[in-house]
Amino acid sequence: MTAVLQVEGLHKSFGGVRAVADVSFAVDAGELLALIGPNGAGKSTCFNMLNGQLVPDGGIVRLEGRDIVGMKPRQIWRRGVGRTFQITATFASLSVRENVQMALYSHAGRLRSLLSRFGAAFAAEADGLLDQVGMLDQATRPCGVLAYGDLKRVELAMALANQPRLLLMDEPTAGMAPRERVALMELAAKLARAQKIAVLFTEHDMDVVFSQADRIIVLDRGQLIAGGTPPEVRANPNVRAVYLGGTH
Amino acid sequence: MLLVKDLHSYYGRAHILHGVSLEASGGEVVALLGRNGAGKSTVMKTIMGLVPAAAGEVNFDGRRIERLPPYRIARLGLGYVPEDRRVFTELTVMENLAVGLQPPRKGAPAWTADKLFALFPNLAGMRERPGGRMSGGEQQMLTIARTLMGNPRCVLLDEPSEGLAPIIVEQMAHSILALKGEGLCVLLSEQNLHFSQAVADRAYIIEKGQIRFGGSMAELASDASLREQYLSV
Amino acid sequence: MTFASFIIQLLNGLAAAASLFLVSAGLSLIFGVTRIVNFAHGSLYMLGLYGAYSLIQALGRTPLGFWSAVVLAALAVGLVGVLIEVLVLRRIYKAPELFQLLATFAVVLVIKDIALFAWGAEDLVGPRAPGLSMAVEILGRRIPAYDLLLIAIGPVVLLAMWLLLTRTRWGALVRAATQDREMVGALGVDQARLFTSVFFVGSVLAGLGGALQIPREPANLELDLAVIADAFVVTVVGGLGSIGGAFLAAILIGVAKAFCIGVGTVHWFGAEIVFSKLTLVVEFLIMAIVLVVRPFGLLGKPQAAQRLAADPAPPLAVPSWTFALVWLALLIGVPVVADRYVTILLTDIFCFALFAVSLHFIMGPAGMVSFGHAAYFGLGAYAAGLLLKRAGLPMELALVLAPLVAGAFAIVYGWFCVRLSGVYLAMLTLAFAQISWSIVFQWDSFTGGSNGVFGVWPSPWLASKTAYYYLALAFCGAGITLLWRVLFSPFGYALRAGRDSPLRAEAIGIDLRGYQWMAFVLVGALAGLAGAVYAFSKGSISPSAISIAQSTDGLIMVLLGGVETLTGPLAGAAIFTWLRDELARRTEFWRAVMGLVILAIVLLFPQGLVGGLKALMQRRREVHS
Repeated sequence: MTAVLQVEGLHKSFGGVRAVADVSFAVDAGELLALIGPNGAGKSTCFNMLNGQLVPDGGIVRLEGRDIVGMKPRQIWRRGVGRTFQITATFASLSVRENVQMALYSHAGRLRSLLSRFGAAFAAEADGLLDQVGMLDQATRPCGVLAYGDLKRVELAMALANQPRLLLMDEPTAGMAPRERVALMELAAKLARAQKIAVLFTEHDMDVVFSQADRIIVLDRGQLIAGGTPPEVRANPNVRAVYLGGTH
Repeated sequence: MLLVKDLHSYYGRAHILHGVSLEASGGEVVALLGRNGAGKSTVMKTIMGLVPAAAGEVNFDGRRIERLPPYRIARLGLGYVPEDRRVFTELTVMENLAVGLQPPRKGAPAWTADKLFALFPNLAGMRERPGGRMSGGEQQMLTIARTLMGNPRCVLLDEPSEGLAPIIVEQMAHSILALKGEGLCVLLSEQNLHFSQAVADRAYIIEKGQIRFGGSMAELASDASLREQYLSV
Repeated sequence: MTFASFIIQLLNGLAAAASLFLVSAGLSLIFGVTRIVNFAHGSLYMLGLYGAYSLIQALGRTPLGFWSAVVLAALAVGLVGVLIEVLVLRRIYKAPELFQLLATFAVVLVIKDIALFAWGAEDLVGPRAPGLSMAVEILGRRIPAYDLLLIAIGPVVLLAMWLLLTRTRWGALVRAATQDREMVGALGVDQARLFTSVFFVGSVLAGLGGALQIPREPANLELDLAVIADAFVVTVVGGLGSIGGAFLAAILIGVAKAFCIGVGTVHWFGAEIVFSKLTLVVEFLIMAIVLVVRPFGLLGKPQAAQRLAADPAPPLAVPSWTFALVWLALLIGVPVVADRYVTILLTDIFCFALFAVSLHFIMGPAGMVSFGHAAYFGLGAYAAGLLLKRAGLPMELALVLAPLVAGAFAIVYGWFCVRLSGVYLAMLTLAFAQISWSIVFQWDSFTGGSNGVFGVWPSPWLASKTAYYYLALAFCGAGITLLWRVLFSPFGYALRAGRDSPLRAEAIGIDLRGYQWMAFVLVGALAGLAGAVYAFSKGSISPSAISIAQSTDGLIMVLLGGVETLTGPLAGAAIFTWLRDELARRTEFWRAVMGLVILAIVLLFPQGLVGGLKALMQRRREVHS
């Protein structure tokens, strides 16, 4: 079985400073891979090269066997990559249902109509997705007034709208109340496993990482220093040194 | 000198601090420890008025400051050194220091550029260099020096050792101890436990926007499970 | 061109560049620190000119009198700047940027009438500089000595600014605040005082720029908007917030314009091109090219993404059919009961309502603020007039084709505009409007130049005011309905989504730029329709239909009513048009009254009239329940 996402030898420098150097990993369908590391380790840079926001200096990013380096974010989305953002990005003036419908209309290529009324189509599909993330009861509220944890759920529903093969989640639980965090990630994990979606996520909350990830890779100063199952990573002396400081 | 009670704050609509309480006195270095994303920087920014306090109190020298604008807080003698340094890149070292300049105040050491160059010798040789053309360690020293130009009685240092080479970290520790020697109150946030052990008298551990531990550095050193749970992976 | 005339044109260009640099440096300085786009900056320049004129009369036409007058005028203008900052802007620093903009429009209106009151409507020609009235012979041509002095003043002021900014603590604070205002505050610097001082210095520069022009240019009431347009171009080309960039851009543009005049008329492949009439086109073309190649200007730096609107925007309510039908029925009944005057006023209001709704569409839901929306209104009006008079088409056909002409221009202009965002986008729209204006203004043989096109009357069956009233109601009503309908279509939702979160829009596959371009063309065509209907109702069309004043009128209508509601622009257009008409009949100083009304509204209802009323009703309801 080929991996859904395969990254080989990824490189990126900013003004002569290496931000990401020779990073390689793969994510399989239905697998949750956590990317962790201290501040400034290169997690965001790495992430942004996968979603099309940054173009790598070198390396290969394959989505289901096809190279996606150099594609725009919207082209990558069309190839089946859903995203959630560290700071939630939803359409504040639209209702929860309309947010999800927007993704569905876009997926179906039906946004260019000037005279039909938006919202007539895909209502049932949108409600189905909202039901999956537990947001159906708030479908008519504008996103601008939702609680933060609920926005994260809406984002998840939008990310699932194009039936993605890969889900990129940047700090999925940042800014949430502690008790909501594991619940959200459990939900994402359940949906991903059921739909055989590969998930790559970065995360600060170690409870979330160690309870939900199938595998963990650790980035420090742009390089992968460890990778493996949660117990393996927890026992790795390099990782402990990075997290507790001291002499590197 | 600094007393924080049950502080709550938000970034946009994200609830970051869930009731933080801590205190720090003059001549004392207090470390605020936690993994990244735990809320350390937000504590600093909320104390400084850069992030509005949604609830709770911040007392500085017996005065409530949680509703004051940042410039008023700074003028009361509370200095802030941000994590991302925020050096004015177009300004030279001397100009960066000039921006921080405030009149001397009672009960606080009066700093001059020359005194600061004695504390941070690396800076002395680059008075006219623009902030944008300095190394990370030099920028870190410059931001601390810039804040000290305001002659604060208490400084908030947000992750001063982050991303610095070991030798610079050592110098940084030396400088922080020098500030303590001058009678300043220092609250520093850190991920680096070893660095904190070298400089701090007391420590708090913050996780998910809540304080999980408060005690002496010695207590923390003797409690391996605490470190495992909140600081390691 | 000979070498001698080359040098002469170069000197001419440099002399013109001096004042342009001064006024732009002030604008750039103020924007860099406060992030306010000060539309009243050109008014300060104008006050400098008038002030110098009066002070020279008072102090005498001696070298001492002249130069003290220039300096005193500049300082006085600096104090006016301080007043504006302290009385108006300081109260609204936290308001959305668009309301700060609206407030500066209001200040423009007030200052214009203060000048009208104090100095009258006639152009005032100032004296030549005593002691410098002679000419210097260079390469056989005579150059006024004063021009040579101006050429020297530019670099001297640049040097003085450079010293002030790099050798003083104030300068360090200004440069630091331009980069990171918040950090400067956290170091104990009081922003309010810094802002006031920056306004003073920036205004002194504008005043000095004006005062120095007194021997070269008559003081007149049109200078405010003409100068602000030039200053916008220079600051944007140089890079917002960069004084050196402003200097470079002022020289580039000053010299390019001088060369156009120098080149004169050229015959290329049988076509006659009158370069001396293309100065404005060249100026704005330079800007368009620079912005597309270097979106942050020659020496500017990318700025943190900034939107010119309040966020997050609330949801749009669907207009109710009953509401619309009741209004329609009322309006259909008006000519039966009302007199001719009301009918004509309402016809005007219909045109401006469609104009305002189209502007609202692009700046509200589509999130792209336009400072030059009059381009499409005016081009539509001219297209209607010219299709009728020059192409000899029937009026009905001209009316239908005119919006397509405006839309065609929007295709070209929009392609450039959607590549930018925020203030730069707004400035580029202004640039395109000015290009259109100058082509229309200077192409005498085709457009009638400053006189415009006459005899643009509707066909006989529409000739009565009542018949035309119904035509205007039908066309403008249909246009508004179409725009509203589109707002609730998938396309309109995609635009709103892109405004709310460009990041998320891109992440769900929306080609935002393409959608914004389409929106540009749509609103361009409908603003053009408004212009065409307007042209036939007046029987003539003049360049003022494309002027900056026309564009700002539209902005005032939209902002007055409130960007965040659909009916806001309608209310804004109606109130503005009616109030202007009422005031203009009662007082010569209607602009000042209008400006004060707008200021009062800005300070009292920062969400606009309709938004403010809604919030008020909401509060009432909450109190009652």
